[in-house]
This record gives sequence, structure tokens and C-alpha cells, in this order.
Amino acid sequence: MENENTKRSRGIFINIGERTNVTGSAKFKRLILNGEFDEALEVAKQQVDAGAQIIDVNMDEAMLDSEKAMVKFLNLIASEPEISRVPIMVDSSKWSVIEAGLKCVQGKAIVNSISLKEGEEKFIEQAKLIKRYGAATVVMAFDEEGQADTLERKYEICERSYRILVDKVGFLPEDIIFDPNVFAVATGIEEHNNYGVDFIEATRKITSNLPHCHVSGGVSNVSFSFRGNNAVREAMHSVFLYHAIQAGMDMGIVNAGMMTVYSEIPEELRERVEDVILNRRDDATDRLLDIADKYKGVKGEEKKEDLEWRSGTVGERLSHALVKGITTFIEEDTEEARQKAEKPLQVIEGPLMDGMNIVGDLFGSGQMFLPQVVKSARVMKQAVAYLLPFIEEEKVEGENSSNGKILMATVKGDVHDIGKNIVGVVLQCNNYEVIDMGVMVPCEDILAKAKEEKVDMIGLSGLITPSLEEMCTVASEMQRLDMDLPLLIGGATTSKVHTAVKIAPNYKGPLVYVLDASRAVGVAGQLLGEQTRKKFTAEIAKEYHDMRVKYEGRNKSDNQISINEARENKFKIDWNGYTPDKPTFTGLKTFSEYDFSDLVETIDWTPFFRTWELAGTYPRILTDEVVGKSATELFNDAQVMLQKIIDEKWLRAKAVIGFWPANSVGDDVVLYEDENRTEILDTVHFLRQQMKKRSGKANMCLADFVAPKETGIQDYLGGFAVTAGIGIEEKLELFKGEHDDYNDILLKALADRFAESFAEHLHLRVRKEFWGYAPEETFNNEALIKEKYRGIRPAPGYPACPDHTEKEGLFTLLNARQNAGIELTDSMAMLPASSVSGYYFAHPESQYFGLGKISKDQVEDYANRKGMDLRLAERWLSPNLAYERR
Amino acid sequence: MTDLRERLEKELTSRILVLDGAMGTMIQALKFEEADFRGDRFKDRINEIKGNNDILALTQPEAICNIHRQYLEAGSDIIETNSFNATSISQADYQMEDVIYDLNVACAKVARKAADEFTALTPNKPRFVAGVLGPTSRTASLSPDVNDPAFRNVSFDELVSSYKEATDGLIDGGSDIILIETIFDTLNAKAAIFAVQTVFEEKNIELPIMISGTITDASGRTLSGQTPEAFWYSVRHANPISVGFNCALGAKELRQHIASLSKVADTFVSAHPNAGLPNEMGEYDESPEEMATQLGEWAKSGLVNIIGGCCGTTPAHINAIANAVEGIPPRKVPGIEPHMRLSGLEAFKVI
Repeated sequence: MENENTKRSRGIFINIGERTNVTGSAKFKRLILNGEFDEALEVAKQQVDAGAQIIDVNMDEAMLDSEKAMVKFLNLIASEPEISRVPIMVDSSKWSVIEAGLKCVQGKAIVNSISLKEGEEKFIEQAKLIKRYGAATVVMAFDEEGQADTLERKYEICERSYRILVDKVGFLPEDIIFDPNVFAVATGIEEHNNYGVDFIEATRKITSNLPHCHVSGGVSNVSFSFRGNNAVREAMHSVFLYHAIQAGMDMGIVNAGMMTVYSEIPEELRERVEDVILNRRDDATDRLLDIADKYKGVKGEEKKEDLEWRSGTVGERLSHALVKGITTFIEEDTEEARQKAEKPLQVIEGPLMDGMNIVGDLFGSGQMFLPQVVKSARVMKQAVAYLLPFIEEEKVEGENSSNGKILMATVKGDVHDIGKNIVGVVLQCNNYEVIDMGVMVPCEDILAKAKEEKVDMIGLSGLITPSLEEMCTVASEMQRLDMDLPLLIGGATTSKVHTAVKIAPNYKGPLVYVLDASRAVGVAGQLLGEQTRKKFTAEIAKEYHDMRVKYEGRNKSDNQISINEARENKFKIDWNGYTPDKPTFTGLKTFSEYDFSDLVETIDWTPFFRTWELAGTYPRILTDEVVGKSATELFNDAQVMLQKIIDEKWLRAKAVIGFWPANSVGDDVVLYEDENRTEILDTVHFLRQQMKKRSGKANMCLADFVAPKETGIQDYLGGFAVTAGIGIEEKLELFKGEHDDYNDILLKALADRFAESFAEHLHLRVRKEFWGYAPEETFNNEALIKEKYRGIRPAPGYPACPDHTEKEGLFTLLNARQNAGIELTDSMAMLPASSVSGYYFAHPESQYFGLGKISKDQVEDYANRKGMDLRLAERWLSPNLAYERR
Repeated sequence: MTDLRERLEKELTSRILVLDGAMGTMIQALKFEEADFRGDRFKDRINEIKGNNDILALTQPEAICNIHRQYLEAGSDIIETNSFNATSISQADYQMEDVIYDLNVACAKVARKAADEFTALTPNKPRFVAGVLGPTSRTASLSPDVNDPAFRNVSFDELVSSYKEATDGLIDGGSDIILIETIFDTLNAKAAIFAVQTVFEEKNIELPIMISGTITDASGRTLSGQTPEAFWYSVRHANPISVGFNCALGAKELRQHIASLSKVADTFVSAHPNAGLPNEMGEYDESPEEMATQLGEWAKSGLVNIIGGCCGTTPAHINAIANAVEGIPPRKVPGIEPHMRLSGLEAFKVI
């Protein structure tokens, strides 16, 4: 029993987020004191986004009505499903606040905390109530005598509490979490020296003798005497946790920004810290103090080790360079390894692959993040590039020893490849040979290449919706040619449901949707393993089959209304008394060389991190517990490149905007040649939501936001096309030549951000200056990103107006090819990829929405309005069709 | 009184128990007028009370008793008191807050009377009375004002005091079980559990508690957003004799949610779905046979221990269901590991 219990607890650790704790976060305290609850909620949301499994809420602040603040904040959390999906820890030293909190949570919460401090009677009373409210609880090692500081006292109090709770109150033992008090060590007071050991040993004794309970604690207390020396504090925290977790501690409040990896602490420091924490020698404190200053102000251990790692064997050095992504010495180390090896190929198969295996393992277990992996791959590629001439000289025969050969391509008509490149890099890190055919690759070329190279599988990627159709085409071609290669599907608009419902029925071979780079390796491994392949493909096939059945079932329940009914329920604007603002000009205005430095401020960084599979919102992501370090490094690299883009004019930005007199006619918006509004310049076609709506909710169409012709009101519509990607090819070629995927992806991701920022920036100028309907508008960047301003800029191909082909009309109106240097591909993707285009709507009630599914009556009407073949219209609108097309 | 729990557990381990069906449908068929609703007791009330079905236990007890008898005749093992809206919060609509205790006593008494008659006829098939606590007309974890998400129009304490009053009456009127049902908002249910346990403590008795939530739509969650598993962890501290779902969905839609619950609940599982989904006219039209076929399949698949009907079901439905599940062994309660099980909207297990 004892052993089992100890084993159960060992090595599992739940970190409790404490950024919504006024005693733990100065920022949160300020927000609550100022009544900025929206911002405070955002803090909670960040925490959950970043992976917190439980959030601690504490309002113990003298200047606050803590009960009221607790109730309000918990009620607000309850209205945010993204936050309230996780359990709450109701944290207060006041029982009344705890009770008020428990009355607000529908889930099963944890109370933090109760203790025997005020005697057994009070303890029992509170524990009974907690049980009746349905919560678990933290119990402090505290009794009538005071807080427990020695092993004996800690255990004695915990055991007594346990017996009372389990035997007298009927509390479930698994719902008890003991906090045996973490106290500061190395304070200079001899009695404090054993506090670390006391906690760790108490933990061991508790988890061994009191079945099913948990142990938690506030780790940062232990290093209190080294305030101001974060390097030493971080080392103390990791050493302490390392040993406490071994002893059975399985929960805790830990600021991961104040932690370092145990194995990465410099040996000298680790040994002396360990002496202090484990109280191994009388002079431990002095010895730590002796060296403490050496580490003070040193951020992390890398700088210290700079020279140290160079003294290892060449294998160790290569491995270090790969894990840390350092290219500085790669050629000399590779050369040294080559000289020592019998054949140059052995350098790749030996030390380099060993290093990459470590990288693969660290990434797979979540200890390394994508930007670091891409950096490691850069090191690998440079080493391989160095070795290649030697290998060819030797003319090594035979196949290489890779895990498998994978062909990757962005399908015809699509130019987006960041995600595909990332997947490629990660696969290469895991010893797959990747043949990357680039972007806009026609189906025939993909399949021909696959045969020629005898690849083991094909991976298709695409970002815009028409690419989904192209993927179906590839799949059916593979079927027609009787191929049986596994086909992997990925990219931003793809999804498991789409893959199961639309793509999979076209192809009998193995077909798998891959969510992101981190999944790619697992999927490839399963598909190529002889034992696993059959089982894996059968499981996937069954899963997709079930999804199809479910999807079809769902489809049958008819939630659509007719287009006429939908039009009846249009978004009603009271045009009476509304006078649209007249733009300062009609016709076009071009911007040929826009200054990039004006675009830095409006950059929305959050999607940039998402590109790199780092979850969280900027700027909080930089200090995030899990990915903060990785995000900060990436952000710093981005800043350096951003400066170069500006200073060395790597990229050029161009744009064109236009305004036209306009009125809506049904679901179309008619643009006029001039203010006489007699000659029609062009007609823009929009689609209307057809899903059944709750009463009071409209079936929206963008045309609803423009004054109808019959009102006689003189309204306007705007359009724009911007790019920030001119000149990018030249730089990308350069990076390619240097085998530098990291900078390649970084530059593309930054160019995308600049393009979005450019669109946002121009929209601001349109509102204040060119259309000028909001001259007084002042918002900070955060408000801009949250789209709090008046007016919208929806883009063809995106949710409110998903028909990509409307881009043709827009581009003609704007003469965007000439004025902004943007081309359209067959699938209506914009080239350069870092481009944005769309319409401007100015009415204060105009808003973004998603079109959702539409029925055949509307598609027929739409095709008719556009003078387009019905089948063609159905193909372009296929993701939005509520029915099966023939 | 714990022997009640033992007796019930004994029945539940040997067979599937059958609940009753809808009350409202049966009452409507009686076509009572305002005067019938008022009876003698409320003849001088100023406001209209027609439609306040719960009050009939006081003014037309024999009619309610007859409905109970029809369900018992059809094969119900457990009948539910007609007290779905008999809390001060819900009765405020009819300004009846002053008769809550009497009302609940009367609801329990008429059911008790009918159940005892049938137990006397067939002593080897004992009949039980479940005193019903409904969800009330308000929600403790949702704001009715979209512009003020922190606002609540009912507090936990108000719910507790309202539920206590009702529970008091249900127990005094002779209920065997307390059934907290049609739970849209788990926080309301937690207040009900808190109230029931407080009353138990005050009266120094303990009745078995049944808990039944409601999955409101295709999202597969309760109105307040919880998954079935999270819902179970939120109410598990009540140590209920059963947990389950009722209302809102028909058997077809409800099956998957009962199946998820059936996997994680270390107690008996109940289900009383509606007679299908409402048709265009808002009526439930699944036939007794259609419904019984589906619920019979649930029983064969080992999903349930207690089965019955909610909106739109009639004694004919219950009769068909009772026949369909007869002789099929009940679901076996799974043992679960002693892990800490927490929940927000989703479940979280600390292993």
C-alpha cells in the first residue's frame, strides 16, 4: 500500500497558476484595485491559454472588499467559457471570503486553505461546509500551537488533520491537499538550515502513510534570502522541486519564469545549492554565498558555459550546438568529426543524428518549442551541407538510412508555405528525407515526382479555401492511378472533419489529417512502421467513417431557411436621418513606397507566435510560464530582423485604396461612375446567412450595411489592396542557399505581419483622413487589434464574403496589379503571399460575421446575379454549401 | 432511515427500476378551469392561478392521486411528486410563496397514498415516492443581463433557503427519496444539495438523493456549459443513489450522454428522456413503442439502472418501457480509482 501510494505520486506535478492572485501579482492587484475587471479577466484567460490546469483566485488585500471582489470576479469568470472550463482554487485567509467564493462556482473547486489553527471544532465545521459545497481543500500544517517547522511537527499535524477529515468528517482522502509549509533556508540562522529537508521528508512521510492525499507548497519561499539574485534563486527552486517531487509533492504554486532546468544548472552552483537545500554541510550557506555573486546578473547559464562546452569531445560539442541551435562553430566541429570518422557519412549517422534525436525527444516531450527546433535544424543542415562534397567524392553507394521519404507540396493555386516548411523541418529533425516541391504545384507534377522518387508518402498543404478542392482532386487522381501511398493533409483551412467528409471518400489509400508540426512525426512514424501501419490506418479510417456518419446525420436536421425568408430577416438599419459621410475623394489613391517604420506600431504579434506553434497572447506570452523563454528569444530575433527589413530595405510595401458612390440593391452593392449615380461602374455581389436564427437576430449580408438605392441616400463603398512582400524572393533565395529555414520562416512570418499591419494602418487613415468619418478617433494598438473602431474591412475569401472570385472584380476596380504589384493565382491567392485586400464599410452598425452554410436557392440566385455557371459557383463556394453538389 | 437506501439499493442491484412519465400532459387532459385550480382554499386570491399545476395537490388532491395511480398501474416503481415548481422562487409567479411548506407536504402525501395502495397489492414490488425539487425559474451562474455578466438575479443563499423549505415539506409528507431534477445550472443543483443535506442534519434523517441534469442541445452540455463528466464531478459530493439526465432531448439524442455518464459514475444511473424532440407544433409525438424500443436497447447495452419518461410521455409509454426492460439485468456500478476529480466546465482528474 505504502509503496503503491508513493509511486503514484512520484513525478507528476500540477502547476497552479497564481497570476490572478492579488498577493502574488502586482499587476493583478492594480487592475482589481482600479476596478479594471475586463483586463483582470484577460489575465485569467492568458493563464488558461498558456496551459494552467487550475487557476488560483485570491483577493486578500486590505484596500479591497475581498468578499465582493471575489464574488464579482468569479461571476465574471463564469461568463467566460474559455476560462471557466478549468477548476478554480478559491484562495483566502478569511473563511468568509472562501465561503462567498464557493457560492459562485458550479464546478468542483479547491479551497485554499483551512487548518487546525483555531482548534478542532472550527476545523471540523469548515471542513463539513466545504464537503457540503462540494470542494476539495488545501490543509496547512498549522495547529493551535502555530505553524509547523520541523519534520515531526509537520507530519504530526498533517496526520491529525487527515484522521479528523477522513474519520470524523467523511472527507474523501483524495480531496485533501497538504501544504507542509515551505520556509526560507540559508538565512544565516542555524535553526533554518534544515527547513528544506524538513519539507521534503515530511512530504515523503505524508504520501507514504496517508493514502491518496496530495502535497503542495509555495516554492519561491525557499529562496527568500537570495532576493535580488535571480540566478541563484532559480537554481534553488529547481533543486528544491526536483527533490520534493521525488518525495511525492504533486502540486504547487510555481512561477515558471523563476525556474531553470535542473540538469542545466552549472555543476558548481548546483552542488552548492544542493548542499543548502539538503543541509549537507555546516558551511553550506557560506559556500553558496561565496559563489553567489559570480552568478548574479547572469541571465541563465549559457553565458557562463560559453567556453565550457567547447572543452567537451567533438561529439558532445556537436550535440550541444544542435540542442542550443548554435551555428558559430559548426563547420570546424564538423570538419574535426569528419577527420576522425572513417567515412563522412558516419558523421551524419553518428554524432549529428544523435544530437537530432535529443532534439526530437525534447520537442516530443514538450521541453523544446518550435523556434528552437527550427534553429537546431539550421545547424544540422549547415553541417550536412559542409559534408556533402566529401560524401559525393567518396561516391557512397546504396540507400541512406533515413526513416522514410516524404514528398511535400503546397497545392496548385496556393502560395502559402510557412506551415508546410515547418512540418518539413520537424520531419527532417526526426530523420525523414523531405522532398519539398514548393508552392503552386500542379497535381500531375506531385504524382509524377512521387513515382520518380519512390517516396513513402505525400503531404499536401494549403491555406486558402479553394485549396481544399484541389486536395480532393489530388486524392481522386491518386485513386484513379491506383496508388496506395499514404496521403497527409494539413494547412490552416483544412480540418479533420473536412478531411473525413470531403477528401477521404475520394481515395482508398491511407489518408490522414495532420493538425500541426508536432503531430507530423507521430503520424509519419505510425504510417511507416510495419507493425503499426495497418492498425493505425484502420483506426483512422474508422474514425473518419464515424465522423462522416455523424456529419451526415447532422446535415439532415434542417437548420436552413429559404433565401427569401433570410432576406425578410435582413439586418435592419434605420436609414431615416442617417447621412453617410462623404469620402474626401472618389476614385483611386495609390501608395507606392510606404515607409515600414510607420507600420511597426500596429503589428499584431499574437498570430506571429501562433505561426511558430507557441500559444498565448502578446505581450504576456513573453513571460509565460511554459513558453515564455522560447517566445522571448524568438521575439528578440524577430526584432533584429525587423530592424534590418527597415534599415536595409529588404521589402517594399505598396497599396491602393478606392472609394465609389454606392447603393445596395438586394444583396448586391452597385458602384456608380460618379455622383450622378446614373452610370453603373461595377456590381459587387455578396451572400446572405441562411441559418435559422433566434428571434431578434438577423440573417446578415454585407450589402445590408450600405444604404439601399430606394432610400435615395448617397452612400459609398471602399476597397483596398496592400502588400508588404515585394522583394521578398531575393532574400528567401539567399536563406535557402545558406540552408537557413529559421530565417526563411521568420522573414515570411514578419512580412505577413507587416501586410496585416499595413492593412490596419491604412484602415485607420481611411477612417480619420481619407474617408474621414472618424477624425477624432484615438485608440491604442490593443484596441485596434480588438477592432473597437467604427467600420469594417472584410476580405473576399474570408467568413463574411467567402467567394474568392469577387477578388477579380475588386482587383480590376483598384487596378491592383499595376497599382500595388499584386497578382492573383488560379485559386485567387494573392502573390506576393504577404498581401491583404478587401472592402471598406463605414456604417457604425457594420460588423463582421460568418456566412455559414447556404442553400441551393441562394447559390442559384447568386450564380445568376454574377452571370456565372452554377457548377462553377458551387465549386468556389463548396465549403459553404449546405447541400451535396451533384 | 438509511435502511431506505439499503432497500432501494437491493432493488437496484436486482433489476432496472421504472420511473413515471409526464405530469403536465396528464393534467392538461383534465381541462381544469380557474375555479378548479382555486378550490376552496384559494377562492379569494386576487391573481389568476390557472396553470399553476403544482397547486392542484392542495385543491384537487384526488385528481393528482389518480394520475399517480395510472403510472403505478403502468408499472412505475418510483413515482415523482407533482412539485416541480413548488419552490418559493417559482411560486412567486403566482404569489403563492406563503403556502410552500403545505404544498410540498400535500404533493408528497398524495403520491405516498397512491404508492402505498400499490405496494399493499404487490408487496414483492415495493413502490417508492421521489420528492421532486425542480430547477426553479432562475439561474445562479448565468447573468440574465448581457451587458452585465457579473449580475445574478438569484443568489446561492436564496436558492438554499427556498429549497430547504420545499425539502422540509417533501420529507414531512412522506417522500422516500429526494429527486433534484432537470438541472440546467449545476450551481442551482449544488444549492439544492446544500439545502437537502442541511435539512437532513436538522431533522437527523437521511434519505437517498437522486440527481438528474439536463443536456439542453446538440452541444452535449448543460445550459450552464458543463460536459456530462464535469457535471457528475460537481454533484458527486451529494453521494447520490443515482445520477442521470432527463428532459430536453429524446432518447435518440440523449443516448450518447447517458453512455458517457454511465462510464464515469460510480453510482446508479437514471434516464428519463422526452418522447422525442418537439414537432413543428411543439408537441412530442414519439409513440410508446418507438420509445420503448430505444430504451430497451439501452437496458440491453447495460447503460441504465432507472428508466422513465419526461415531457410528452404517458402511462402507455411507461407501460411499454416497463415491458421492454423487464428481465434485463441492470447496469453494474463500476468501481473507480480514488483520484481527485475536479471540474470547471470540463472535468479534470488529478492522477
